[in-house]
Amino acid sequence: MNMHHQMPSTGGSISLTLLFSFLYICLLVLYLLLVVLSNRHYKKWSSSRTACWFVGMFCLWLSVATPIAKQTSFTSHMICHLILGMLGPLLVVLSAPMTLVLRTLKTNQARYLTRLLKSIPIRFLTHPITAALFYIGGLVLLYTTDLFASMHQHFFIYLLVHFHLFLAGYLFTASIIYIDPTPHRYSFLNRSIVLLITLAAHAFLSKYIYAHPPVGVPLDQAKTGAMLMYYGGDIIDAVLIYIFCYQWFYATRNTTNYNLSVE
Amino acid sequence: MRTKNNVISTKSFKNIWSGFLFGLGLVAFMDETIFHQLLHWHHFYDRETTEIGLVSDGLFHAFSWFATIGGLFLYADLRRKKKGKASKWWGGLLFGAGFFQLYDGTIQHKILKLHEIRYVKEVFIYDFIWNLLAVIMIVIGLLFLTTQNKRKSVT
Repeated sequence: MNMHHQMPSTGGSISLTLLFSFLYICLLVLYLLLVVLSNRHYKKWSSSRTACWFVGMFCLWLSVATPIAKQTSFTSHMICHLILGMLGPLLVVLSAPMTLVLRTLKTNQARYLTRLLKSIPIRFLTHPITAALFYIGGLVLLYTTDLFASMHQHFFIYLLVHFHLFLAGYLFTASIIYIDPTPHRYSFLNRSIVLLITLAAHAFLSKYIYAHPPVGVPLDQAKTGAMLMYYGGDIIDAVLIYIFCYQWFYATRNTTNYNLSVE
Repeated sequence: MRTKNNVISTKSFKNIWSGFLFGLGLVAFMDETIFHQLLHWHHFYDRETTEIGLVSDGLFHAFSWFATIGGLFLYADLRRKKKGKASKWWGGLLFGAGFFQLYDGTIQHKILKLHEIRYVKEVFIYDFIWNLLAVIMIVIGLLFLTTQNKRKSVT
């Protein structure tokens, strides 16, 4: 009855590994190109941001194109989940890609982009509550329905799930800590409540997986995976909380009223 | 006079709140490292754990993690604005620590059946000491918070 042995190894063919690796190199080169181009007109782009982009992209590459991604065990899936859905997005947010794009574009082109970013659909998607629902909702679907099992049978679902995991992680992180220009800002207090509930849901879901393994996942793997999700999540969350609190601390340096500042 | 009193009370409140958050976070962190990871007395999940117990665990786990970091940032904020008051802060810390330990020891362990302190026959001894320590922390915390007030009203 060990279903995971029958699961075809997905994301594993050599051509796909090459395709993802090629994309990975392209994204690194693209970022560097934007840095070089925009450095001509503005002050030097911070090298720590570049480093964040490089490590962030490495995380994505690691979780889709390497042997970790090829294994079908739940434990390695959970490592991918942490790298692709939490660590990678955090690093990408810290690398401030939108700021870099905006300072490379010509002023009138940049205006189009900011107009797009201010549009209602983007505003809706980047609202902390929407982003949190998008993020946690995806995880609930993945671990409490048959989605996890069918992901390993249909390559398209596999891709979609992984894409969603990263995108939702990115949207959520970007809606909590403001690194890139954010037209629609929400108060620290509101964001802290959303962050708190999302972290709680993540912890709850980890223990829920421990108690009720997803379809096709052996009990011992579910237990290890659940604990990885719980404690691994805590480590990455600590960084997210630290940055969030630091921004709050910085924004309230001249004020005693904490609730009004939305910077 | 009224405004001045209000200023004092907000200042005290922020000290208590910062200490409370950090104390709660500290106890939760110690619970996690000592009882879960080092001693292996506590279990990650117990077959008797109720679903509502998992909700409570998730919320308190997230809150305590946030509180540890946030409480220290609030303390740093008080320091840089030169508004730190040690007695209020420590009082808040002990109260927060005791509050969480008591909640954990009574509601989470016993009513929601998250897990026992240790899986032995005489678990009630562990429960008793656990909750007694929690009550002692709450009492000392409250003493810290109230004695300062009396001294203030005398002067």
